[in-house]
Amino acid sequence: MDYFHIMEYIHIFGIYTMGMNFERIKQKLTILADAAKYDVSCASSGSKRTNDQKGLGDSSGMGICHSYTEDGRCVSLLKILLTNHCIYDCAYCVTRRSNDVQRAAFKIQEVVDLTIHFYRRNYIEGLFLSSGIFKSPDHTMERLVAVAKKLRLEERFNGYIHLKSIPGCSDELMYEAGLYADRLSVNIEIPTVSGLKLLAPEKNHADFTKPMRKVQQEIQKYRNEHKIIRSTPKYAPAGQSTQMIIGATGETDKDIMYSAAHYYTQYQMKRVYYSGYVPISEDARLPSLGSQVPMLRENRLYQTDWLLRFYGFSVQEIVSEEHPNLDMDVDPNLSWALRNLHHFPVDVNTAEKQLLVRVPGLGLKSVHKILHARRFRNLDWDHLKKIGVALSRAKYFLVCASRHHDHKDRQASQIKALILQNSSGKFRSTYSDQLSLFQ
Amino acid sequence: MSTTKTLIYDGSFNGFLTAIFMAFDEKLDIADIQRNGRAQNGLFSETETIFTHLEKAKRVWNGIRKKSYNALTNVYFAFLSETEGVELLLLDYIRKVMGASNGVPFNFSEDTVLYIAQLAKKVGREKHRMEAFVRFQLTKDNLYFANIAPDFDVLPLISKHFKNRYADQEWLIYDTKRNYGIHYDLNGVEMVSLDLTEIHHNRISKSDVFTVEEHAYQDLWSTYFASTNIKSRINRKLHTQHVPKRYWKYLPEKKVS
Repeated sequence: MDYFHIMEYIHIFGIYTMGMNFERIKQKLTILADAAKYDVSCASSGSKRTNDQKGLGDSSGMGICHSYTEDGRCVSLLKILLTNHCIYDCAYCVTRRSNDVQRAAFKIQEVVDLTIHFYRRNYIEGLFLSSGIFKSPDHTMERLVAVAKKLRLEERFNGYIHLKSIPGCSDELMYEAGLYADRLSVNIEIPTVSGLKLLAPEKNHADFTKPMRKVQQEIQKYRNEHKIIRSTPKYAPAGQSTQMIIGATGETDKDIMYSAAHYYTQYQMKRVYYSGYVPISEDARLPSLGSQVPMLRENRLYQTDWLLRFYGFSVQEIVSEEHPNLDMDVDPNLSWALRNLHHFPVDVNTAEKQLLVRVPGLGLKSVHKILHARRFRNLDWDHLKKIGVALSRAKYFLVCASRHHDHKDRQASQIKALILQNSSGKFRSTYSDQLSLFQ
Repeated sequence: MSTTKTLIYDGSFNGFLTAIFMAFDEKLDIADIQRNGRAQNGLFSETETIFTHLEKAKRVWNGIRKKSYNALTNVYFAFLSETEGVELLLLDYIRKVMGASNGVPFNFSEDTVLYIAQLAKKVGREKHRMEAFVRFQLTKDNLYFANIAPDFDVLPLISKHFKNRYADQEWLIYDTKRNYGIHYDLNGVEMVSLDLTEIHHNRISKSDVFTVEEHAYQDLWSTYFASTNIKSRINRKLHTQHVPKRYWKYLPEKKVS
């Protein structure tokens, strides 16, 4: 064979073996990305891992969404399961052992390679690795940790790594996981203990909270030591998160939000995610196939979550015994304002920040601009509009440097009707029958 | 009656700052500041061509920075928007910043200030999008290569991000609209300009320039993208809102097949 033929042979052979390999990886990717997609966590921010050794990757800045799926959700991490083999049979989960689906498993090196090749092409911010539980919780967690360790130590990878904490795994493994991962999460999935008994009888509540508590304590310990010894190795710098499934067990919004508030305060969660239940099988305990994903409800819960975390509301102000469920036709901030008209109107030019952020239609950014701008002059409606305030809602709750005011002695129901009449909402069709009450 | 002047600069940011220096230093009555090639003669003004002077530019840069770092970034970002007439607005903005004791960049009740802040925000958004939507393809010479054609001239703004992130790989991001690129050679980033015979957006046909595996990785990524979508939650409107169609040409996952 002459040189040319040898080169051609190598070339073709190269493509051939590579092609086989890629085909298998592609199959696994299809199955294991599909199985991981119901986990909605996507954050890639909040870490402090700088690339100071000329390695690969940097996750010191804000998170980046590199793409968006056709359902409108952000894609920032390669989100996959290590395997969808599982010894458990939780009714709400697509990978439960009794479900008739194709099973697959990645090798540790395959996940490492995929992450690195995707990252180098600027497709992703990092890896989100979860898994079905095979053999035992510890056996599974060990492999998740092995992937993260390999990425950090062998590939000198500084991108973002989010690992699932496997319920029931040992404290030692949880400790090791935090050394390599930026974020750790355990999904509570079912907000009430009774719901968990019904849908996942093999698991108990304590299995979920134990790894959470361990991680929380380690983060606290790291913070204390870091104050004294700056070189203390990082421990889960982007903290913990969890997820709850919405609309699978007939829980109220109050159940969900009180539970969320509990995890925020007791476990210092960075985020609680709410995932509208997507019917995946026919099971008498669950909503039937073909029932709507509760997207509007999910949206209202996120709005509430934001009110708690950034707007200074306490959970009791939003949902309570008298109001166990959020309004569907208006957002929770407006809903609160309508129930508490005695706090209004608020004067844009003098009110304190804590009051301004509670005005429906004023967001944190608008308030920031208002606080700066009003040092130079008294603001009127025109200024507010240019700054970008949602006046359609805010005007009923504000006074400013103008003689014209929409805050007259109106009843809450009148204000609500006016706002609904003069605005449009993408979810309006889902509750249009309620509208007629005000017309 | 003193005549007003139109200053012509070379289109560079330093050239623009030199023009600002002239306007301040000689207390000129400025009719307009125009970039070379885009210039139009005013009926009642004289034109003067400005030669970029680094020292003068630096003095303006430091002068604004002393007043407010925020104003400085606003000026730089808004300038990179390449909006027609932005130079004169920036002169007005800089005069306001330099004339007051402090806080001017936050006086959002002032039209120019609000406009410049909003313009800077737009450029910032495009910068962030480019950090998200750049897709490298690996060439046979081991260079990670990407074409972009951003709405604004954001290459100078994204260079640090990519340098920090991809410190151990050689890469080149090329702006096909403005015909220059930034190249990282494992030591530092430099501006380059090339005679590109072909624009390598993501396309079905494979190019010889890239490695054999390149196409396979794009295929894997597209597979992942499709598999991670939840069909029962489809929301195409939201999808295009986040990934506007003009960026699809960069993205292997949006390749039409």
